[in-house]
Amino acid sequence: MTAHEITAGDVGVTPVDLRQSKRRLGEGLIRLSLALCALVSVLTTVGIVASLLEPALEFFAEVNPVDFFTGTNWAPLFEPASFGVVPLIAATFVVTFWALLVAIPCGLGTAIFLSEFASPRARDALKPALELLAGIPTVVYGYFALTAVTPLLRDIGIQVEIFNALSGGLVIGVMLIPTVASLSEDAMSAVPQALRDGSYGLGADRLQTSLRVVVPAALSGIIASFVLAVSRAVGETMIVLIAVGQLPALDVDPRATMETLTAFIGATGNGDVPTGTTEYKTIFAVGLTLFVLTLVMNVISIRLVRKFREEYE
Amino acid sequence: MSRQWKSRLFVGTMVLSLAVSFGTLGWLLVTTLIHGLPGISWRLFTAPPSTVPEEAGARPAILATVYIAVLLLAMCVPVGVATAIYLEEYARKERWYNRVLEVNIQNLAAVPAIVYGILGLAFIVRGIGVGRVLFAGALILTLVVLPTVIIASREAIRAVPDSIRQGGLALGATKWQMIWRQVLPASIPGIATGSILALSRAVGETAPLLLIGALQYVAFDPTLFGAFTALPVQIYTWVKLPDPAFQTLAAAAIIVLLVIVLGMNALAIFVRNRYRQRW
Amino acid sequence: MTEMETPSIDSSRIAEISLSSSREEIERREKVFAVENLGVAYSGNVALAGVTMNVYANTVTAFIGPSGCGKSTYIRCFNRMNDLIVGAVVSGTVRYHSSDLYGRDVDPVEVRRRVGMVFQKPNPFPKSIYDNVAFGPRVLGWKKGLDERVERSLRQAALWDEAKDRLSESALDLSGGQQQRLCIARALATEPDVILMDEPASALDPIATARIEDLMHDLKREYTIIVVTHNMQQAARVADMTAFFSVETREDGGRHGVLVEVDATTKIFTQPTDRRTEDYVTGRFG
Repeated sequence: MTAHEITAGDVGVTPVDLRQSKRRLGEGLIRLSLALCALVSVLTTVGIVASLLEPALEFFAEVNPVDFFTGTNWAPLFEPASFGVVPLIAATFVVTFWALLVAIPCGLGTAIFLSEFASPRARDALKPALELLAGIPTVVYGYFALTAVTPLLRDIGIQVEIFNALSGGLVIGVMLIPTVASLSEDAMSAVPQALRDGSYGLGADRLQTSLRVVVPAALSGIIASFVLAVSRAVGETMIVLIAVGQLPALDVDPRATMETLTAFIGATGNGDVPTGTTEYKTIFAVGLTLFVLTLVMNVISIRLVRKFREEYE
Repeated sequence: MSRQWKSRLFVGTMVLSLAVSFGTLGWLLVTTLIHGLPGISWRLFTAPPSTVPEEAGARPAILATVYIAVLLLAMCVPVGVATAIYLEEYARKERWYNRVLEVNIQNLAAVPAIVYGILGLAFIVRGIGVGRVLFAGALILTLVVLPTVIIASREAIRAVPDSIRQGGLALGATKWQMIWRQVLPASIPGIATGSILALSRAVGETAPLLLIGALQYVAFDPTLFGAFTALPVQIYTWVKLPDPAFQTLAAAAIIVLLVIVLGMNALAIFVRNRYRQRW
Repeated sequence: MTEMETPSIDSSRIAEISLSSSREEIERREKVFAVENLGVAYSGNVALAGVTMNVYANTVTAFIGPSGCGKSTYIRCFNRMNDLIVGAVVSGTVRYHSSDLYGRDVDPVEVRRRVGMVFQKPNPFPKSIYDNVAFGPRVLGWKKGLDERVERSLRQAALWDEAKDRLSESALDLSGGQQQRLCIARALATEPDVILMDEPASALDPIATARIEDLMHDLKREYTIIVVTHNMQQAARVADMTAFFSVETREDGGRHGVLVEVDATTKIFTQPTDRRTEDYVTGRFG
């Protein structure tokens, strides 16, 4: 507000005190406290980056990054040690692949059903069930993969190892169905009814309208849900620790045992690796790899969601 | 393909999707119950773990999980709500640092939990902080779910119509008085729902605790600044042991964990439905 | 009272207006607000310019004019609600009694205690009727005698009889007209001396509107009232002084609001000085 000269004028005689009352003194302090709380999230990111970067850089000073990223032998605790991370990345991708094979069709199918076909009563029954699926802790899913899915796969004739990528991948996929379904369903609900009505008016049935009008209109939101699912699959730890294994192996056969990036971190970080050694620093180098991978995917997903919001909100 | 067959195929795919989702859920719950019910006993809640499965219980783990939940409530909700209030009511949106703050929180929400564990590990190893203790576990889990609480609280606060704020300010309330007396009370249901859901997720997290040194064999009751374990970690420990008796115990402990977690989820849904604000 | 000239609007309406005083009598009262060359710009876009006028004690002053002429912007200058809009700049002078309303030492929060506001769409808090009215006193720290304050405010707002048995019920259960009277009671509870009303009856049905207008007549005995209205007949019914605003186009093509004429209501409607005013009140445009 601009300050200015008081002009002459025969204004009213009632004296009025408009100066600051005592109530205002605390306002600045409150604003400061709130801002400090907001700073916690900034400090968390700084902490994560710093805690990853420093040991990882030390690691790459000792181990050639090229060997790290292209080597196919992962044996950090052996003598002589070998630090090729490709088997871990490959395992992560194998597991993620099978997870997406389940999560994307089932998640999208569930979302289309809930958004376009389900009666309000069905929706009221199914949405809480979906939230239930989302609420189950990953250690429980891991137990389930090991003790129920693996035996079942063997019973139907697929010769899987006790620890195998297939069980883990499939169960991660089921765990991710709510992620894909709820984000896709949000995207589809935001599509204006007018678009659907236009399609019905032209003689299309519900199937055609859903697939040809609604899904394309909600596409960036739907893709965002896929990308988020990939990010979560890549970052998943307990299911792979319990059911997929801790034996690094370069293999695309999902029936084999293998070790993902997260499983390595989980197993090694909890063990007796002495701090300060190169083996210890591998935790951070692998962690950095994981962080960068998921960060890239998260940024893409957030951009897609923002693009979708701009279109419809 | 004719329209009819296409339609049938599509409907079939949808039905299959639903079957996979909810069928697996049912299968999981049923097998867990079948495996775990035999292991439910007083001993599970009162005895410490042991190498002898017939004497083993999960008491330290269950207690620790309860302590962690309480600590989370005390640490995560105030900081998360305060951040949300700052972003929604005080931060000027054109300023670059506020935009960075928002993007940062969105990114943190999607960082895998194990990375937070690495954060904790790095600090502990350097001797910064309190060491491999229960409080550190609660602290790290707070950071894991803080972005979720912030995002949920922001939505609840944003849902309060601006006319309420204008009305409050026009009556001579200061900004904080308006927020504390009008905006916050109106957003409590949304904040509560988001916080309970976040807490239930944190209680089930295992990976970060593994990295900051939750021990896999703790035979004494936990204290705030002592060595600790937690229910998910105890489950993980037992699952790894080959003895089928421990597998049963693991399943039993899972039932306890599921009751806690799904109970919190149900509470959150109840709060959301019962106290939904109509404007 | 001075003699009326030949009216150019309906004489039955004049009978209603004759309840209000003449301009000379009004101008002998205390000036509550003295506005000189006021302008408002939002992020560089001028919305209102060059407004000079006075508001006198215990009167109802109406701001009328076509949409987009800045009436709502103008009324928000009197309780510094424009401060809440990022990029809003107020130039010129507004004197409130003997003080500069926009002076450096002035706390907008203190201003709003004394200059109350009622909004176009009733906005009761999602709390009980009692808590709505008690909100103002509570934030001011007036803890004693709250029950009496609440009753007095509700009586002044002509809502006591309908509300006295439901004080603890939710304000959202009231009808639209009742909610608006509750908002008036809420504003009265902080013992202001001015009440600003931004189209207070535009969201209400005719019966509720009539009750609000009656209320304005009663309230002006103790308070000074400024009301924005797009309804000319309403201005003719309730206001002592009327200020007519219109839109002016600049050389650069931009448009902003200006004060065309301010005078006793009877004069504005029967013998407007400016051609634009006459066009508006006779319905030739707007």
